[in-house]
Amino acid sequence: MHIAVCMKQVPDSAQIRVHPVTNTIMRQGVPTIINPYDLFALEEALRLRDKFGGEVTVLTMGPPMAEDSLRKALTFGADRAVLLTDRFFAGSDTLATSFALSAALEKIAAEFGETPIVFTGKQTIDGDTAQVGPGIAKRLGLNQLTYVSRIAEVDQAGQTITVERRAEGGVQLLQTRLPVLITMLEGTNEIRRGSLADAYRAASAKLVSWNAADAGIVDLAKCGLRGSPTIVKKVFAPQARAEAARMLAVEDGAEAVMTEIFVRQPALEAELMRFASGQ
Amino acid sequence: MIEEKFDAIVVGAGASGNACAYTMAKLGLKVLQLERGEYPGSKNVQGAILYADALEKIIPDFRDDAPLERHIVEQRQWTMTDSAHVGMHFRSEEFNEDRPNRYTIVRAQFDKWFSRKVREAGVTLLCETTVTELLRNNSGAVIGVRTDRADGVAFANIVVLAEGVNGLVGQRAGLRDVVTPESVALAVKEMHFLPREVIEERFNLKGNEGVVIEAMGTITKGMTGTAFLYTNAESISVGIGCLVSDFQGTGQTPYGLLEAFKNHPSIKSLLAGSECKEYAAHLIPEGGYKAIPQLYGDGWLVVGDAGQFVNAVHREGSNLAMTTGRIAGETIAWLKVRRDAATAANLSEYQRRLDASFVMKDLKKYKNIPDFLHKSGAHLFGLYPRLIAQAAQTWFRVDGKDKRAKESEIIKSFTRSRSLSGLLGDAFKLARAWR
Repeated sequence: MHIAVCMKQVPDSAQIRVHPVTNTIMRQGVPTIINPYDLFALEEALRLRDKFGGEVTVLTMGPPMAEDSLRKALTFGADRAVLLTDRFFAGSDTLATSFALSAALEKIAAEFGETPIVFTGKQTIDGDTAQVGPGIAKRLGLNQLTYVSRIAEVDQAGQTITVERRAEGGVQLLQTRLPVLITMLEGTNEIRRGSLADAYRAASAKLVSWNAADAGIVDLAKCGLRGSPTIVKKVFAPQARAEAARMLAVEDGAEAVMTEIFVRQPALEAELMRFASGQ
Repeated sequence: MIEEKFDAIVVGAGASGNACAYTMAKLGLKVLQLERGEYPGSKNVQGAILYADALEKIIPDFRDDAPLERHIVEQRQWTMTDSAHVGMHFRSEEFNEDRPNRYTIVRAQFDKWFSRKVREAGVTLLCETTVTELLRNNSGAVIGVRTDRADGVAFANIVVLAEGVNGLVGQRAGLRDVVTPESVALAVKEMHFLPREVIEERFNLKGNEGVVIEAMGTITKGMTGTAFLYTNAESISVGIGCLVSDFQGTGQTPYGLLEAFKNHPSIKSLLAGSECKEYAAHLIPEGGYKAIPQLYGDGWLVVGDAGQFVNAVHREGSNLAMTTGRIAGETIAWLKVRRDAATAANLSEYQRRLDASFVMKDLKKYKNIPDFLHKSGAHLFGLYPRLIAQAAQTWFRVDGKDKRAKESEIIKSFTRSRSLSGLLGDAFKLARAWR
């Protein structure tokens, strides 16, 4: 089975620094990582490959430096890496991104074989929209299974897949026909450590690199900033708030604590009084 | 397992490992470099001053694209007491030359750049790969390494151990002793961010000029150690370090010393308004010449901190690391051209080349300094700084006392605290160790 995994290189949000003077994000020197949610997708893809045979192709769209993330994916054991890079893609929002990735996925299917399962992470940690996966599914006409927590069964003969999906208030057991797009939930597995041979292959592998034309994209107006209706109006660092947490002595009892709260929030007291009188 | 056999495997991607791997790749060797960190530089800590000469001999045009912070135009040597410092400053316009000799750098960024050069030269670098043991053949010669990855075996004609101060691979293999508390210092440092203009105004700098402060005195509470403050482009590196055995003996803590140093009246105003964004700690080899272990054997050799190549007196380390790495790389390539095997007998050429270089000459010159510091530490890092500061205080105060009386007061303060023979003895011992 040939499985595709879409992933994104993102700034390591744990190490982002805000410039102490200008309050803007200091991008220089901030390490980049594979979007952590995408690693759950990648591991799930590798497990399916190990079980059913076949190949895993990872795809990313980004600047040339996104190559680092693809090589990293190869060290985990992915078989092939495709970098979609072109200055026409710069400034893409989720609509333009799903458009470009869909084109590349079609090209991957044509070049390297059909992909009955396409994985993405739940969302990215820099955009947090969770829109790109469903966007791809819609464009490519794939059944979409979002927030998947477990893959219960893949029936290759019957061309069906059964998964558990986390939903509000419980877990859904869903079955659908292949091909599908799955967005994988966090904490569902743990990314493996590739072998030394995997690491060596990753370091010396030649990556597939496509520009827009290579990926068969004709309509450049749907790419990058031009193809992105989203407008960033303003970026700002939230102001530190003056309130601070305060420890109240337990010995003083609940009454003292309530008094303390009501001093700060008189409206709450009034509301509670209304509630009490209504009983 | 990696099927291919390499000319050399380099363990570590710090200054010495990169220098060695780069040199060998440029001379046409097939090199595999293994680094345990997530990326080169993620585990590497230094003050940090880059000495241009050592790097120039490896990458002559490094100034074109290496991430350099500031070139140093002023050196301040401070002897400090709890409330004062006596300083010797040297500042020269001549340091604003086309090819400056010293720069401040940020290792995390510098090492990334260096590693990129290494890979561009043709070295295959594998990160997050820890070498766990050396592989040997029946006659005991090293033939490769085992790593912590699955099927993690790789083979080479020679293994270069560039694994740093506390290199566990060489220690486990019995190639050298475990580092002792007496032979290593523990240094801690912080990076404090300040706007470029503030740094330039505060330190009287223009453009990319930088200042270095090296300090000793009561700031180390009588322990053998030094402190520093370096100006980067938009930050200040400030740190302090002492021998681990001294920390053990006194119960002092590194962070306690650093906190006190940062709050010293001579330092505090230089850091005012800054924001600490990073802290780090590292061991520094301080044993000098006498602590240098066996440097080569059948199928292996040692470079950099793992070989104790640090000149503690002159605060030089990364240049010795790069130079030993380069010389090792050149030697290995030379053996390959001659079709000589990497046997201990043939690798003795590495030792010969080191002995002929400034590396061994300098370390040999100061071979008795570590002992001297051990024995005289309490006076050097406590008594003398206090006496010097007190003398300066007496000398510069105008209070109606005649100058001859002041002179004799200063001399008395010295002889009272340390007998004349003690003073002469210290001077003699220092001169002998320095010689």
